[in-house]
Amino acid sequence: MTGTARDPARAAQQPPPAESAGHDLPERLWEAVIAGDEFVAVDTVLAAVDGGTGIEELLLDVIAPLQARVGLEWAADRMTVAQEHTATAVSERLIAALAHHPAARRRTARPAGRVTAACIDGEWHALPARIVAEVLRLRGWQVDYLGAQVPTPHLIAHVHRTGPAVVALSSSIPTRLPDAHAAITACRATGTPVLVGGAAYGTDGRYAALLGADAWAPDARSAADRLAAGPLPAPPPPYQALDDLPHLADQEYAHVRREAPRLVRHVMERLRDRFPAMADYTDRQLRHTAEDIAHIVDFLAAALYVDDPALLTDFLTWTGEILSARGVPARSLPPALELLADRLTDYPRAAGMLLGAHTAMLREPSPAG
Amino acid sequence: MDLTQETGSSRRDLSHGVPPAPYPVLAVRPDGVVAELNEAARAILGEITGDPPRDAVPPWLAAAIRTPERTPPTGTAPIDGAPAAHGLIGERAYEAHLAAGAGTGDSAAPDVTLCWLLDVTERDMLVRELAAERERTALLSEASGLLSASLNLERCMEVTARLATRYLADAAVVIVPPLGRSHPVAYCGPDGIVDHQDLVIDPADVPGLTEAMQGFPPVPSRWIDPASAPDWVRRDGLRDPAAMVVTALPGHGFPAGALVLLRRSGRAAFTEREEAFARLFAARAGAAMSAARLYAEQTSITETLMRDLLPPRTRELDGVELAARYRPAGDGERVGGDFYDVHPADGTDPDGESLVVLGDVCGKGLEAAVLTGKIRTALRALLPMAGDHGRVLRLLNATLLNVATARFVTLVLASIRREGSRVVLRLTSAGHAPPLIVRSDGTVEEAATGGSLIGVLEDITSTSATVVLDPGDTCLLYTDGITEAHGGPLGDEMFGDLRLRAELGRCGGMPPEALVERVHMLAAQWAGAGPHDDIALVAITAPRRLGSGGTAPRMTGSEGDPA
Repeated sequence: MTGTARDPARAAQQPPPAESAGHDLPERLWEAVIAGDEFVAVDTVLAAVDGGTGIEELLLDVIAPLQARVGLEWAADRMTVAQEHTATAVSERLIAALAHHPAARRRTARPAGRVTAACIDGEWHALPARIVAEVLRLRGWQVDYLGAQVPTPHLIAHVHRTGPAVVALSSSIPTRLPDAHAAITACRATGTPVLVGGAAYGTDGRYAALLGADAWAPDARSAADRLAAGPLPAPPPPYQALDDLPHLADQEYAHVRREAPRLVRHVMERLRDRFPAMADYTDRQLRHTAEDIAHIVDFLAAALYVDDPALLTDFLTWTGEILSARGVPARSLPPALELLADRLTDYPRAAGMLLGAHTAMLREPSPAG
Repeated sequence: MDLTQETGSSRRDLSHGVPPAPYPVLAVRPDGVVAELNEAARAILGEITGDPPRDAVPPWLAAAIRTPERTPPTGTAPIDGAPAAHGLIGERAYEAHLAAGAGTGDSAAPDVTLCWLLDVTERDMLVRELAAERERTALLSEASGLLSASLNLERCMEVTARLATRYLADAAVVIVPPLGRSHPVAYCGPDGIVDHQDLVIDPADVPGLTEAMQGFPPVPSRWIDPASAPDWVRRDGLRDPAAMVVTALPGHGFPAGALVLLRRSGRAAFTEREEAFARLFAARAGAAMSAARLYAEQTSITETLMRDLLPPRTRELDGVELAARYRPAGDGERVGGDFYDVHPADGTDPDGESLVVLGDVCGKGLEAAVLTGKIRTALRALLPMAGDHGRVLRLLNATLLNVATARFVTLVLASIRREGSRVVLRLTSAGHAPPLIVRSDGTVEEAATGGSLIGVLEDITSTSATVVLDPGDTCLLYTDGITEAHGGPLGDEMFGDLRLRAELGRCGGMPPEALVERVHMLAAQWAGAGPHDDIALVAITAPRRLGSGGTAPRMTGSEGDPA
């Protein structure tokens, strides 16, 4: 995971214990990874393999939780974005080292099937998809791993070229759900079933079925288990994506999407009156405020797309916690929500979601707020 | 249908109100005995008044007139309502409609029920044909949907075999022209499971298959003796088919393949309806499969031509770490006007330098990409002169001036040499943004190099800079797709040099992969959903000596700004 600056996906993940891999292995690895020390990190996991720990176990029970911990540390302001990118780069190298280990290169005579694993366009968290790809490879699948932020036309060209049994798509940022829907729909239109995973689909995967995915997996292990359980049936041919989301007919999502920069400007111009402390903000602080408001608008659009107010409320609650961890009051958020709701009174779903989030924020003020 | 008037006017002539209508009508007493029938009824049923022989009235009609329920009121036309019964009289189909007999003063009349018989033979036939036609249309529509969904040949073969098994036969084999020595073959058995194989076969083993595989001239489906079929056609589940037919799959100007259908039952022919369906189905399957084949061929040609235009992989260069990012402007494109290239040092030369090039051809898309390919090839040829960047650039300039294009290019040359734990760079910019040096403590410096762009002027000048990277320092080469990313939270700002430098100030000591990812992500998120330019990034890093007594990098900056 190499996140955007504002990403609730990471906060939801709790690293499970990795007892069987040795008590101190995760801690030793953690030290090496946050230090950006790939040599020690790689030596540590390779020693674990030589000591008999399975590669799949290392991927799923050591490296995946390690990456989840990176997210938590960042959220708690114990890690900078630069350190986070560094830790991710080291994790990538760890996975590469494991993938090239002789123990991982057993080749089955006939592969279990062909799978395309990819992140949708705009999705930067490549690591979960990479782990799924490596675990499937270990289990005998022929895997084409296309990496992070794959434009849908590339994905579809690849699907036509290789005819995979299934496409596995990873998304961790909820604001990219509309793009995920486009990618899912395009894959299914080729007659190829889609397995989705990642925090963007909600902890219970509730958005996966809504967006037409054929299956949802909460983590790499269950993704591999689901595919091992049998082939996913091919989607039926006359497939109308609009049927998934009849509420889009009200055009509210399209309006918010189109108006996003103007909505941010509107709030920035008026927020000073409602939040006098802004007068003393530096340029950098003003930019961060504008980015925060842009994120609220992005999450509002995503919430309208899936028609779930909780998507917006959860994001704001999480943002409040992130700001509190940095000793920053979240007092500017409720007035920003009011200003947005004022601007969107003709759009009842949007205004309702904003006011609902506003109420939730006032009911549970963040500790420093 | 209104018969009321006729019923009314004829009423007087008949004791039981049986009209002399063109429709057969029977007057039936409550005990089920036929009291009277009109001429039309007599013509089809014979004289059955009184107590007719048991088989004089068909059982369905006998049952209907014995229990005359839900009799509508007198005088209304009964025929528009639902029939009381439906069945055959002789070879024709009739509906029986019941109505109360008209009162005429006759004591028997009020008690009779009139049973109208409506000949529906033609209508029933049309209804059946319509249903069959609808089913055929639905099947063809489904087949078309499934076949046109994919441009993958194997998938199209699979769909063809499965649909043929479901609608036309008990098992089906799709054979396409050979790829190399073997023929791709898809078999769908009675269980509906499709098996793909590449088989070295002789089509002549199956009578008619060679002709069908040629695609033209069109050959009719040919029924053949199943006993003559080889084992790859007759498989477990249907080892002894009773009938077998070979059908050509017409392609777009070249053979798409052939379909072999196998049947359990002995019908060694299609019905007319099956024949029509099979023809339409084969036309659709053939079109889809030839489209898939064309697409595969075009893709393979594109892959081959594209190979030299795609950016090279990077990892390490003689102990110097390297990472790159590349993203063309168009979502559907794989190459654009930005490029980079990596030329490792000659291993036999102890003083050898590696060369990294990053540049930007004016323009976008495939045309620009083709020029990047030519420039990369020219630079490769100029490698022996890489010790003198100015000379390389002058020669490249002369080459581009001779090529009749209006395009020009800006680029940066970076010659890389390792000296102990440090890395010495010679950097020369030709009209390109100078590389930025990110020290491990987060200090950002601009390399003091500049020069003319290439491909416009006869005489060009350039100034090279020598930069020493200490362990953990990075030199970043980038194209203007980063700094000119347009967007931001307010939608109308440029990402810009200042923001790039400020962000790089928080990237001190990062591994090169992490650094290029960070910069790419910032620019991409800045541009958001809006249009973005080609992007190329190369980071050259002097490795930190960690794991052997080194220290953790000094991370700078905090993201904790007030909102």
